[in-house]
Amino acid sequence: MTTDTVPVSGGLPRLLELRADNWPLAIILAVVISIAAIALLPPEISFWVALAACILAAGSAVYNAWGRYKGGLLVAPAIALLFIMNIFPLMWSLGLSFFSYRANRARAPVFVGLDNYADILTDPVVWERLQTTAVLVVLTVTVQMVVGFLLAFLFAKQFPLRRYLLILVLTPMMLSYVAVGAFFRYYYEPTFGLLSQFVRLFTGEPYILLQSTEGAMAGIVFADAWMWSPFVMLLVLAGLVSVPKYLYEAAAIDRASFWRKFTSITFPYIRGLLMLALLFRTIEAFKLFDIVFLLTEGGPGTSTETVSLYLFRQAIQFNKTSDSTTISYILLFTVIVLTNLYLYFVNRRARETQS
Amino acid sequence: MTDAALPRLAMRRKSRVSRGVGHAGWGRTIGAGVVSLIYFFPVLWIVLTAFKSHSDALAVPPKWLFTPTLENFVQVFNRAYSADGVAVDTKFDLFFFNSIFIAGTSVALALIIGTLAAFGFSRYPLKGNQTYLFIILTTRMLPAIVVIIPILIMFRVTGLAGTYVGIIMLYTAFNLPFTIWMMKSFFDELSPDVEDAARLDGSSDTKVFFKICMPQVYAGIAATAVFGLILTWNEYLFALLLTGVQTRTVPVAMAQTIGGDIGVRWGLLAAIETLFLIPVILVTFFLQNHLLRGVTFGTVKR
Repeated sequence: MTTDTVPVSGGLPRLLELRADNWPLAIILAVVISIAAIALLPPEISFWVALAACILAAGSAVYNAWGRYKGGLLVAPAIALLFIMNIFPLMWSLGLSFFSYRANRARAPVFVGLDNYADILTDPVVWERLQTTAVLVVLTVTVQMVVGFLLAFLFAKQFPLRRYLLILVLTPMMLSYVAVGAFFRYYYEPTFGLLSQFVRLFTGEPYILLQSTEGAMAGIVFADAWMWSPFVMLLVLAGLVSVPKYLYEAAAIDRASFWRKFTSITFPYIRGLLMLALLFRTIEAFKLFDIVFLLTEGGPGTSTETVSLYLFRQAIQFNKTSDSTTISYILLFTVIVLTNLYLYFVNRRARETQS
Repeated sequence: MTDAALPRLAMRRKSRVSRGVGHAGWGRTIGAGVVSLIYFFPVLWIVLTAFKSHSDALAVPPKWLFTPTLENFVQVFNRAYSADGVAVDTKFDLFFFNSIFIAGTSVALALIIGTLAAFGFSRYPLKGNQTYLFIILTTRMLPAIVVIIPILIMFRVTGLAGTYVGIIMLYTAFNLPFTIWMMKSFFDELSPDVEDAARLDGSSDTKVFFKICMPQVYAGIAATAVFGLILTWNEYLFALLLTGVQTRTVPVAMAQTIGGDIGVRWGLLAAIETLFLIPVILVTFFLQNHLLRGVTFGTVKR
């Protein structure tokens, strides 16, 4: 076997060419067949038809890779599994978002075109949930960046026992949302919770944090920021330890001020990583669900209900299947944009550190 | 050729410029120690609560000094405890087994499939390699709730909901993007020179993969596995919707304890949490060097 297998032709295969390895056509066909099946057949049968169509599309993509690239053989199982468990459900829900359908009704889906999107985008409730999410994202990411930054500076220098103390700070990041939610449920408890008892020292009355909107927001932000500040710290720390020492030595000879050293030497080294931390945390905070669900369940009222939680309620509790798939596509789009941006900065940083 | 000597060669490519901001003495240790302890306090307090009796856990003001008791831990595993005279089966031994079994199996599967794929992406770039990798990363970055609606219907139709097979398949797919990106970052770091040399000596591609590349990334595989285990161990939303009574994992059962179908027993809950957290904290310690890469899915190496 030679190692230098070269792709046979440049560019994508012609779209309408009827060949077994023409995967773009296969995917389009799969989508069309799936939509037709969902529209025409009862759900129990349309599922299998759609699944078969998608397996064929996946097969085509695998076949395309197999013949021409050695790598195709290696990545095929992974791509196949992701196709079944991620891409196919996503395509299916994209299809559902053009229909009127509720999972708990026997009625077959009715095609409604873009009506769902029009409804969702003009629904004030959805905008309210997006606003709540945005406020939480901005608050929690800001706190994380500031706290993470300060922690990183504390741990930037080498000192005795640093390794062990670092573990204590890094632990929250590795914990489960459920565990963290349970912790803070206990600490925010009105009668014997630590926070309430601490406030009572001053006011003499028990303090119910999760009772007011501001309190509930603060409670969520505090728990989430506590959990994820170490993430920012870890990235900033990576930047700080990568600064060549001779730059500081040169700056010391020039008697540069602390501020000058920070802006001219330190900051350029952590800039890229700060950007990555910001984007990564924004993506993650954007899907804030578990901690809100466990701490406040969206309350009081619906004042802390994030868009993920709203989606959960709509889909699971109210069975508004097609409405919720529509919202999920708006979320999906946002995450794709943010992920793209994230990878852009990853690649830019990779180029910078190489040169 | 000796297999042991080669990996060392490839790893030695880092520059010798001394880096970092410098050293500090015990003064900094004390300052950082205080901050770390405050930061770690929420965890510490839960662990302490786990050793408190029921009345001590609810004491006002909080008790700093108390007689430690193991009653909470006994109750987690004794299966039955009585609250107001009623014996309730907590079944946490089953849930812990489920968590370990499901996480272990799905991570092992994801590692086998993912390592092969990562090697493929790293060494034999496909046309549109970046696009594939981008799509794979996106599936991981997605809010779980977006994928779960169709998966839920899919699982109900196929009868996979509430079974081990279903949740293991799902978690394998859930771990796969992470495994691929992580392992790719390790494979990308290896020097291709050693592999080329081996090929010149007549090694087949299979032999190059197993004899040259794999020994160099054993540490990477271990780190990836452990990260996958933690991610799966901690996962809540998928488990909440796709596990049944017999396949329920610890996070779901723990959240239900708060939800209160057996009344909130904070001491017991703290004991469950403590048992749930110990492996994670231990692992954090051993993973310290790979932590950065792990939490960013291999996109940031150092």
